[in-house]
Amino acid sequence: MEINDIVPQYEVRRNERSCSKCRVCELQCANEVHKYDAQAGVMTADDSKCVNCHRCYALCPVKALKIRKYGHEFRENANWTGQVITEIYKQSNSGSVLLSSMGNPQGCPIYWDKLLINASQVTNPSIDPLREPMETRVFLGAKPAKLEFDEDGNLKTRLAPQLAINVPVLFSAMSYGSISRNAHESLARAAEELGTLYNTGEGGLHEDFYKYGKSTIVQVASGRFGVHPDYLIAGAAIEIKIGQGAKPGIGGHLPGEKIGEDVSRTRMIPEGSDAISPAPHHDIYSIEDLRQLVYSLKEATNYKKPIIVKVAAVHNIAAIASGIARSGADIIAIDGFRGGTGAAPTRIRDNVGIPIELALAAVDQRLRDEGIRNQVSLIIAGSVRNSADIVKAIALGADAVYIGTAALIAMGCHLCRSCHLGRCNWGIATQRKDLVKRLDPDVGYKRLVNLIHAWDHEIKEMLGGMGINAIESLKGNRLMLCGLGLNEKELEILGVRHAGE
Amino acid sequence: MLLKEGQVRIPSGCAITGIFSKAGTRISGSKILKSISVMRERSNGLGGGFAGYGIYPEYKDLYALHIFYEGNEAKEEVERFINSHFDVINLSRIPTRKHPHITDAPLIWRYFVAPLVSKLDESQLDEKEYVARCTMNINVKIEGAYVVSCGKNMGVFKGVGFPEHIGEFYRIEDYSGYCWTAHGRYPTNTPGWWGGAHPFGLLDYTVVHNGEISSYDANRRFMEMYGYKCTLLTDTEVITYIIDFLNRRHGISLTDIASVMAAPFWKEIDAMTEADKAKFTALRNVYSSLLITGPFSILLGFEGGMMALNDRLKLRSMVAAQKNDLVLIASEECAIRAICPEVDKIWSLKGGEPFIVTLAGGMN
Repeated sequence: MEINDIVPQYEVRRNERSCSKCRVCELQCANEVHKYDAQAGVMTADDSKCVNCHRCYALCPVKALKIRKYGHEFRENANWTGQVITEIYKQSNSGSVLLSSMGNPQGCPIYWDKLLINASQVTNPSIDPLREPMETRVFLGAKPAKLEFDEDGNLKTRLAPQLAINVPVLFSAMSYGSISRNAHESLARAAEELGTLYNTGEGGLHEDFYKYGKSTIVQVASGRFGVHPDYLIAGAAIEIKIGQGAKPGIGGHLPGEKIGEDVSRTRMIPEGSDAISPAPHHDIYSIEDLRQLVYSLKEATNYKKPIIVKVAAVHNIAAIASGIARSGADIIAIDGFRGGTGAAPTRIRDNVGIPIELALAAVDQRLRDEGIRNQVSLIIAGSVRNSADIVKAIALGADAVYIGTAALIAMGCHLCRSCHLGRCNWGIATQRKDLVKRLDPDVGYKRLVNLIHAWDHEIKEMLGGMGINAIESLKGNRLMLCGLGLNEKELEILGVRHAGE
Repeated sequence: MLLKEGQVRIPSGCAITGIFSKAGTRISGSKILKSISVMRERSNGLGGGFAGYGIYPEYKDLYALHIFYEGNEAKEEVERFINSHFDVINLSRIPTRKHPHITDAPLIWRYFVAPLVSKLDESQLDEKEYVARCTMNINVKIEGAYVVSCGKNMGVFKGVGFPEHIGEFYRIEDYSGYCWTAHGRYPTNTPGWWGGAHPFGLLDYTVVHNGEISSYDANRRFMEMYGYKCTLLTDTEVITYIIDFLNRRHGISLTDIASVMAAPFWKEIDAMTEADKAKFTALRNVYSSLLITGPFSILLGFEGGMMALNDRLKLRSMVAAQKNDLVLIASEECAIRAICPEVDKIWSLKGGEPFIVTLAGGMN
């Protein structure tokens, strides 16, 4: 008899007295955890299939369900933990690379939580955002070295294309294919209403969404899926994706079962075929090659679209960013190693790259040391969880932030980290029609708008507290931050003083 | 150990006052001293100073370097540097009088110089840039020396003490010029040395400022990209550098500079004509890191003129008055009335709107 030594992660607890056997849980669970045993007249559960996505709990009309940790313990061992052992079992069963979804869940340091924000007391006044104007509009794009005016004082200098966004937050790249059509529609409509931008990711742009072009960043990744002239001119900006924080150094893989008719047409690849984007762009083996792609895209769009170059935060990120800034990019996007993903090899996600806070601080300082910080804008990602993270990112030197995971959570994601299975019960990271329809774009978009409005309000409160009434005066204003529990080296890299210093 | 100004950022409250004769009539330093002294409540004895324009007519084509030395060693080193970069036409101690309230004064010297032609050619810089860089070299590289002012036909006189005592110490009544500004400082802690007092000067620009800007580090880190070294960590220093950078190096008019430092709100810009919208959006966008937030009221002195500017929320008081060809601007009306009891017109300056006055002769 085959031994099954994979311990379920979660246990479904059902209160038999409350359960009305309505079978909603069975209907809702795409993982097929719940079953009705007609003979015995009871609901049963296969714990091994549960991913703890909360769908059954949320929809249970009598709240009879509770999902708990399974509680089956290995003998305690600080080194060989239950997780480590289970992963070895899995790999020796399958011979495969371990796959994971969403950002690195390991307990690596989160520097946002070790940075504190300043406020005005006595020597200068705090500003009340309810009574005084408080501005969070940001322009992204390359700035000229100087402005020139004619004799009448009119502007002579012609600026490179700029993206004006009303809040310093954009929705980061999540491809159609990795997430559903309804999720994309929610993001696009929210971006339009908020006066910001969403990002197509590497999966092309669905024909129905061209109308949101002014609120769209179109991505060009190594697979070049869905890239054609109309696509390039459809968006407000073009992003060249070199890397992603969750999986620096490798490409993407969307399994064939997610490539249905619609996704196939959008990506311009055959239905049912795996969409594999290569690890590097095969026309970029060096920094001078990047310059050629940047200018090819500018030529193709008549120099009307800013070009974003997105890279993962890796060891030498400051020099890499400096090289990108000198290669014609208008905007650099940097994705940290806690950034999310629809699917990544677990070992890469959890071990490759560096935290975004350190990468951002190092890049901003390097660009300043080189005197080229004003030539490019800087967007950071991976992971930004709330408005305080945004304030800290901008004070460290970012122009704006990308949010991915937070946007998914706003649309209903419960962070069960099972996107790669394609059975998202919340209709987000799936292409199954019956599941996709669970996400109502009218609701999804509204929740995204609510979230960003709430954050914008909080940002304004914090700005006012610091005595600042425009977000540009926070950018790179590191005196507004101090460290807590950081060592000298960390403080030096972040460019902040310790609390109390 | 108590840190010196420059090693630590010190917030301050202040009094400022300025007087300007559009006709170019030379006004005695005793006037400005009287004006600043009535605002004693706004100072706490830890800093005061004066900037005078048109005070060295006999040397008007030479750069007047006012320099503080902590000792003779620094002086010798600086003089070696000056001699290798400039023609020194005249040098002397700046005359001072003994004053019971002024102690710990550094050695204070004045040099009237012209750049050495061969050095200037070799540097491939224009004359002003050459002087500015030499000044910054001294301030950054030579321990115990500090160039207080380095413009033509102007000078800064400052120190640690109440401004009226500083004025008496420097015999300010012996100088006269077409423009004066003065500053009384209320720092939260002791600056430790005289360089931290105001006005702050670079070339012919001097700034006196009352306020504490919340954008400081954003401004500083931007300016340091362009060769400016913020050695004092004060608002006034960085504001002076911003003005020098935009006005002298980028050729942007003072009025437009006001739209960078105290930019119109987006709501106002969005309501402008297309041409203006393009202009003011570009100014705010391209120089976004030079927006100054938080309270400030500044008086900028420059060759042939003076500009007053308040932050866009008007978080600091500043009053202007006119009497014949005289323009008077101060933190408080009393500082104006003290030297000019009857005025033709007096008004409160609006937030974010620059008020610029220049010599009737048309210098700008």
